[in-house]
Amino acid sequence: MSVRNAVEGLSALIKGMSVTFRYLFEKPVTIEYPEIKRKPPSMFRGRHYLRLWEDGMERCIGCHLCEIVCPAQAIYVKDAPNPKDKKISKTPSYSVEFQINMLRCIFVGDCEEVCPVDCIVLSDEYELSGYTREEMIYTKDMLTEKHPGASGRDPMVKRGEARMDS
Amino acid sequence: MHPVNRQQLDLSLDLERINSDPHQGTETMILNLGPQHPSTHGVLRVVLELDGERIVHAEPHIGYLHTGIEKECEYRTYHQVVPLIDRMDYLSSLNEEMGYVLAAEKLLGIEAPKRAQYIRVMMCELSRIASHMVWLGTAALELNVSSVFMYCFRDREYVLDLFEMVAGARMFPRYFRIGGVMRDLPRGFEDAVKKFIDEFRPHWKEYHDLLTKNPIWRMRLEGTAVLTKEQCFAYALTGPVLRGSGVAYDVRKAFPYSAYPDFEFEVTTQTAGDAYARYLVRMAEMEQSLRIVEQVLEKLPAGPVIVDDRRISKPHPHRGLFVPPGESYVTIESPRGEKGYWVVSDGSNKPLRVRMRAPSFASTQAMPVLIEGGYIADAVVAIASVDPVLGDVDR
Repeated sequence: MSVRNAVEGLSALIKGMSVTFRYLFEKPVTIEYPEIKRKPPSMFRGRHYLRLWEDGMERCIGCHLCEIVCPAQAIYVKDAPNPKDKKISKTPSYSVEFQINMLRCIFVGDCEEVCPVDCIVLSDEYELSGYTREEMIYTKDMLTEKHPGASGRDPMVKRGEARMDS
Repeated sequence: MHPVNRQQLDLSLDLERINSDPHQGTETMILNLGPQHPSTHGVLRVVLELDGERIVHAEPHIGYLHTGIEKECEYRTYHQVVPLIDRMDYLSSLNEEMGYVLAAEKLLGIEAPKRAQYIRVMMCELSRIASHMVWLGTAALELNVSSVFMYCFRDREYVLDLFEMVAGARMFPRYFRIGGVMRDLPRGFEDAVKKFIDEFRPHWKEYHDLLTKNPIWRMRLEGTAVLTKEQCFAYALTGPVLRGSGVAYDVRKAFPYSAYPDFEFEVTTQTAGDAYARYLVRMAEMEQSLRIVEQVLEKLPAGPVIVDDRRISKPHPHRGLFVPPGESYVTIESPRGEKGYWVVSDGSNKPLRVRMRAPSFASTQAMPVLIEGGYIADAVVAIASVDPVLGDVDR
């Protein structure tokens, strides 16, 4: 190795070292996750919710579209005609059972897109874990939002009709 | 005279053979590199026959990540195939989607609106940057440059943040649709991309400072895993490997697809054909990708982002997307090379056959040429330099 090569190599090493040295004084780019939680963008595809109408009636009409369109076959829907005395949804039929297997779900959001009544939405909740397989099958009780609007999803944005904020 | 122990007899015979052998005491050793080895980029297993530190013979074994995606595509509707395609080359999902979506559009005889095509090109180039960042990070990590690994993954995360803003998912965006893209760019996305470019340019320069002239990096890479132009042709190698051997072949230039003819960029080549040349080619490619992204942001036209036909644009199961019978073949330039999609339709709403031409598969079969005759430590460099993704190999 000639002297010139040695000088060049040494200067390159020093240059590289200066880069790493500079990073010593930079703020870390990571966040301390369980303590500080990151807010995902508004379009994030996370845990599902079944939305309600403003008057508290169920939106789901048991049409099976989400079940058919799901590429991972994660959804199970069982429909039935609305009871005469107490209507559950605004159409003749409603869903008796609605299950999503969160272990199968790949969060593509097709269910959200095909839903004709803007019922099923994907929220921004991403902390989905459990100890058993059984508890990862989300039932209708778990999926239905607690009160209208609790899922925090805007159907206009969902349908792509509005250009949403990031 | 007591009876001779069988074991003793064998031993003596062995000694006799060894003594008469001109290469005294040498014998080859079989070593498994992988499938669970951090340097094999997934689950590639290479059976190495070693003579000391030298590799006499190498045999790549694939199939440890076989997912059956090609077969699975036959049981999915045209829309449902896209999320599967995402999971093949999981480091550049959007490039994968691009190929399939173009092939399906060719079958349907439609073309995505201009805005959608520009968005697609921008996403593909960002995806290329993300993929090359993973490549540079892991390749550097394998040569013990762990700080570069950290910096590269930081930049990759920034790209994934952009995907998350647009599509809602980081690694598997499922953003491209047959006939356009899922939805328009969110408000503030252009600024986010500009911010990313402003941040990435200095970072890219830092990687050059850290590695390009570093004597250790050069000593490890220069002259390692050399492939001549002819060998590249013989093994059907494309992408940065071929460009590193001096052939200016890039599908984006040779067979322009989507909106690529509208943008200016250069195909960078190196002539050495070694791992260092491939490194330089990929580094230059990232700069060209940034150039394309900047041009897209400049020229991005207004208008719809998906064709105005709900039968095509929405993944509706009943109305369905019935594709006229025929077949189409589309190639795209993925970060690993030429990726081909052959989609055959029998007129139903599910493809009859989806077949992919995977660049990683070609580079895996060239593995023996790359590493035979070299040192075992260079095998790691060789595997890293062709950048195979095993999800792409075992479809």
